[in-house]
Amino acid sequence: MTPSFERSSAGTTPSSQGPGAAAGPARDRAPKFSAAARTALADTRQRANLAAATAALRARRAAATAEADDWERLREAGRAIKDLTLLNLDAYLEELEGAVTAAGGTVHWAADAAEAGRIITRLVRDTGETEVLKVRSAVAQEIGLDEALRRAGIVPRDTGLAELIVGLEPGDRPSHMLYPAMHRNRAQVRELFARELPGAPADLPDDPEILAETARARLRERMLPAKVAICGANFLVAETGTAVLVESEGNGRMCLTLPDTLITVAGLEKTVPTWADLEVFLQLLPRAAAGERMTAATSTWTGVTPGDGPSAFHLVLVDNGRTSALADEAGRAALRCIRCSACLDVCPVYERTGGHPYGPVHPGPIGAVLTPLTRGVESAADASLPYASTLCGACADVCPVKIDIPDLLVRLRGRVVESRRRRPVPTPELAMMRTLAWTLGDRRRYEVALRRGTRWARLLSRGGRIRRLPGLLGRWTDARDVPAPPAQSFRAWWESRPGRPGGRR
Amino acid sequence: MNSRERILGRVREALGPMRGTQVPVPRDYRRRISEREAPTRADVVALFTERVAERRVSVRHVSADELATGIAAALWGREAKRIIAPPDLPFGWLAGLEGVQAQADSPPADAGVLDTLDGVVTGCAVAIAQTGTIVLDGGRAQGRRALTLIPPYHLCVVHADQIVGTVPEAVARLDPSRPLTWLSGPPATADIELERTPGLHGPQILDVFVVED
Repeated sequence: MTPSFERSSAGTTPSSQGPGAAAGPARDRAPKFSAAARTALADTRQRANLAAATAALRARRAAATAEADDWERLREAGRAIKDLTLLNLDAYLEELEGAVTAAGGTVHWAADAAEAGRIITRLVRDTGETEVLKVRSAVAQEIGLDEALRRAGIVPRDTGLAELIVGLEPGDRPSHMLYPAMHRNRAQVRELFARELPGAPADLPDDPEILAETARARLRERMLPAKVAICGANFLVAETGTAVLVESEGNGRMCLTLPDTLITVAGLEKTVPTWADLEVFLQLLPRAAAGERMTAATSTWTGVTPGDGPSAFHLVLVDNGRTSALADEAGRAALRCIRCSACLDVCPVYERTGGHPYGPVHPGPIGAVLTPLTRGVESAADASLPYASTLCGACADVCPVKIDIPDLLVRLRGRVVESRRRRPVPTPELAMMRTLAWTLGDRRRYEVALRRGTRWARLLSRGGRIRRLPGLLGRWTDARDVPAPPAQSFRAWWESRPGRPGGRR
Repeated sequence: MNSRERILGRVREALGPMRGTQVPVPRDYRRRISEREAPTRADVVALFTERVAERRVSVRHVSADELATGIAAALWGREAKRIIAPPDLPFGWLAGLEGVQAQADSPPADAGVLDTLDGVVTGCAVAIAQTGTIVLDGGRAQGRRALTLIPPYHLCVVHADQIVGTVPEAVARLDPSRPLTWLSGPPATADIELERTPGLHGPQILDVFVVED
């Protein structure tokens, strides 16, 4: 347990100033991972969709990373560049701000979700528009941007196919960082389009190409006349003030080229020091994310360019709990994440539950780390995330920036236990552990407990196994048997051993 | 205290004595293409052709004096009757056109007009063999980004000497102050059952001409 973990869990930032304003109250009532996962696990169609998709992604990624014979060296470089950035983040952020400003852009700083929402709402209002285009961005979802805009009377218009699919079904949410509609199959998409898209024929086939074309017509008419767009960024280059967006669908290009005003919203940790550092990340990200040598369209832009693209560029830098994760090595390791989603597709838990049970911020193993790191472990839902893992280690093996996710999950479990320690009423687990500590702390108490425990345990056993333990311990035997203890304990045997000096003969 | 100061203050407080630590970055990854993958310059060009073609792009190799006829034939084949080109496109490239109405983007056409056109012809800044990528930087013969975004067809001319082997070589050649577009095949989406389908926005058809000198 590192001191800084305890400090940040003491409530200095996460629950009070974290994304609380946007998503906090809802999250307090949100179910724990294990409860939320039940719905997902019971949905056999979704499980089939997820199993097929994650298997395909694993195979593609394995091929793409095996092809690069310097992959391990690239990973090591990526890790080092991100570590360097985070340890010098204040200097790089100031350099970034200077470079963006020099290139004709404006930088805004948002301490939390609510402030980010206010800044972006104001920027959109200043243009006089009531509609705004959006490109999928993890941070926009994290800060609850859509809700903030709607409250201000601004209509956010998603431009991605997956967002369109997810948005058509009330109550549906993205389930994957890169493929938010991965939990839906073609038949479900066909059904949604036929039902919800005006002008879609009732006999729409379920061919993905035709479905995509149906969506294209609808999305395109939104985009051509738009005046303002909001997008995320994969990387921000401090040295040059350049923003980078990696995408395959082309809606990002539309949004960052056609409107007059472009608002880019990004977490502080997206910064990389130099332009040359992109030579590493533009290899790591496409191969780790989608198993491609290069993603179909990558755009970079630096401030504004007269005669080409928007005439106004705003960069909104979002903290929202990131600085509280920055204080120790574990938190900094998690902030190296480049949101490639490789860890999702290899995770045996994610493969079965999908993204929804992880809550609104980030799904998958890295979400189980980032959500409690930035929001704290005060709410039961956030505190349950570090346990949503078998600690098998597959995520650490594929991570392109070498984040040791299982190690971080274990540390966070420690943090959850620490935060529970301060409660006036101890949890049953803690009460049991304290009793156990008291018993084990004294030889006589231990021997008495051992004798009685053995007797009771043998009474409960049938054929050398205990099938069900009493009380709360019964949960543990839901899925396993306990072997009955031997009639004589080692201690008893040792005591009664013939020839023992001072023992019974 | 404004948010800028508050955030920077929090960063400094969080990092504490670790702040400013220099981390050595090992840069022993490949900068140039390996001997095994492409031993000669001709192999680099061939690799580019192969990798671009894998991205549903049709690639043709032409000599400089075949280029104009090649472009005219490609436009005819794609039934591109009305096309646009950057004002600084080399004049000779479009010298062989017959029955195609070509306009220069000067003064700049608005998005509505671009939406009515059949295609665009441009050059590029750099091309990357290993990944099958062409990079546009808005420089000579490339025009502004909207030109290669709205029309449904893009014909891109790549000079063999613009082809580099790897991503690091391309990054080193490019100017970050320009708006860059890295295209690896036409846009694609894999949102429905991960099936790679033509993407929604940007030219659906990309033809590449490699001019060998």
